[in-house]
Amino acid sequence: MKKWTVLFIAITLFISSVFLISCSKTDPNTIKIGVIAELTGDIPAVGASCKNAAEMAAQEVNDAGGIQLGDKKYKVELIIEDNAGKADQSASSAQKLITQQKVTAIVGPNASRYALPAAEIAESGKVVLITPWSTAPKTTLDSRTGASKKYVFRSCFIDPFQGRVLAKFVLENLNLKKAAVLYDVASEYNKGIAEIFKEVYEQNGGMVVAFETYTTGDKDFSSQLTKIKKAEPDIIFLPNYYTEVPLQIQQAKRLGIAAPFIGSDSWGSEELIKLSGKDCNDYYFSTHYAADASTEATTKFIAGYKTKFGTTPDDVAALTYDSFGLLWQALKTAGKNDRQAVRDTLAKIPQYEGVTGNMQFKEGSGDPIKSAVILKIKDGKFTWFANANP
Amino acid sequence: MYIFQQALNGLQLGSIYALIALGYTMVYGILTMINFAHGDLFMVGAFFCFLLAVYLRLSFIPTLLLSILGVSCLGVIIERLAYKPLRNAPRVSAIITALGVGIFLENFTLALSPYSKAVPSLLDNTTWTLGSLSISSLQILIILLSLILMVILDFIVQRTKTGMAMRAISWDKTIVPLMGVPVNKIISLTFAVGAGLGGAAGMMYSQAYPVIDPYMGIMVGWKAFISAVIGGIGNIRGAMIGGFILGAVEIMTAAFFPSTYRDFVAFTLLLILLIVKPYGILGKPHPQKM
Repeated sequence: MKKWTVLFIAITLFISSVFLISCSKTDPNTIKIGVIAELTGDIPAVGASCKNAAEMAAQEVNDAGGIQLGDKKYKVELIIEDNAGKADQSASSAQKLITQQKVTAIVGPNASRYALPAAEIAESGKVVLITPWSTAPKTTLDSRTGASKKYVFRSCFIDPFQGRVLAKFVLENLNLKKAAVLYDVASEYNKGIAEIFKEVYEQNGGMVVAFETYTTGDKDFSSQLTKIKKAEPDIIFLPNYYTEVPLQIQQAKRLGIAAPFIGSDSWGSEELIKLSGKDCNDYYFSTHYAADASTEATTKFIAGYKTKFGTTPDDVAALTYDSFGLLWQALKTAGKNDRQAVRDTLAKIPQYEGVTGNMQFKEGSGDPIKSAVILKIKDGKFTWFANANP
Repeated sequence: MYIFQQALNGLQLGSIYALIALGYTMVYGILTMINFAHGDLFMVGAFFCFLLAVYLRLSFIPTLLLSILGVSCLGVIIERLAYKPLRNAPRVSAIITALGVGIFLENFTLALSPYSKAVPSLLDNTTWTLGSLSISSLQILIILLSLILMVILDFIVQRTKTGMAMRAISWDKTIVPLMGVPVNKIISLTFAVGAGLGGAAGMMYSQAYPVIDPYMGIMVGWKAFISAVIGGIGNIRGAMIGGFILGAVEIMTAAFFPSTYRDFVAFTLLLILLIVKPYGILGKPHPQKM
């Protein structure tokens, strides 16, 4: 008897879930956009910014009545998935968005280690994926041929560019010739940028005196930092995420290291200031946009974001917003809600004026042509210091 | 000087591993069960410290004591609710339950807030410099406090009646109750002490590495478990030695090899050690624990 009850419940659940799935059938008057964000896991601040900016971008379009395609106005519907800070879940979220939810395009994931698996799925599913924040070159490249992926785009610059900008900045602007690097060897992003920094720095007359690594999740860096201290660098480069950088700087100071630190765009979260207090003051890092030196579009975006969410948007928020901006422009140019048409117009957007600067796409590459900025941390605030053009 | 600095780093890391390893070893000794939730109890200790320091603005000593007390209580509750009903079930069921409890604790903390937290420093940290050697007061405090806690524990287990009861239960769970030893009470007490030490470790860890997150207990927990195995699981002094060995091996490998090989070299060395001494340094081949 009991067995039958269980079976009955199981069948009911199965049928109702099938029913629910078939219910989420596409409404012909909406454009569905999928968002994959790191809402939980190791970098939740990134996911939260991405989600906020996505909701803001969608709301703006819907408040204006939707997007005009042909003679019809379409509303935008967001489907937000949490990848829990896991590579496998990023891939399965992308799969779900493509096959079950039938989205027109996907925005996210943000960190390269999650964007990479999702990008593979999007490429094979022939759906546009724009990652706002993944700066690793591999994300937009085909893993087998090394050629550019057809359906994967980003709205940020790539690591080689950032590594070069930082290496030159240290040598030319700060005039420091001996650098040490401490980076997470288990993470795509950190490793890529550290290696390019080393290469360019040494080519241009600098010397990398210590090149130390750790693995994701480590909290004790004392051994590596003691080694770095022995090498007596003028500056220490930490291309690591904002949750780890405060620990690294604090431990370095405790070991009596006086050299300044410099970072990459992974520093650019308000959380860095919250977690490190005064420890990060007077250090520089490269990033995508400066909230204080901005154009009209930027000022408008920042004001809107502040009233809606109560915080200054960080680079992830700005880049997510730009990803949607690119998508709207591609949709409008294409004139129809079609996956392939969106891809074709996006691939050759001649000019897009975004919150994070001007962007241009050329057929044959998913990476935009755009510039970077160097920020300085002053009294717990990110302030504009210099621009770096491609 | 370089080697002294690294030795000091190793001692600090090792004393944390040792404190957590004690929790694994005590529970194993008394129940022959591996409490995989222990690493997460350590994480809860760090979060207690954060809550007490930020919202109640307590100073160092009360925070330490309340963190220990809080995690002890949690340890006892977990034992009563999750492990006691399974005491006569196969060991595997209990271990799976322990994993489940660990995942529950992680996700419960995660649900409260997914953000990493900065724990304020509760003590003025001064750094003394001797030539190129830098010693921070926090480092000394962590090493000393751990040693004191370990001495107290060793005294309790070896010299008191309760300790004798613990050792007796780990020897034989069927006969000992017949002698009038309150088995349930002693098991709860063992969990309380083991979890409390984990809590103390969590509190001190959050002072030394002040950015905490719900997953921090996983890796540290694994390493502490390995320490307990190296020392001979079930053996209290072994767990202490194991913790210090693992701390030293990890730091010294990174000090003299490229740091990319840190875990690789460290764990290869430990594997070799286990091949030579399969029961750990102080473990005995017979199932007589503690």
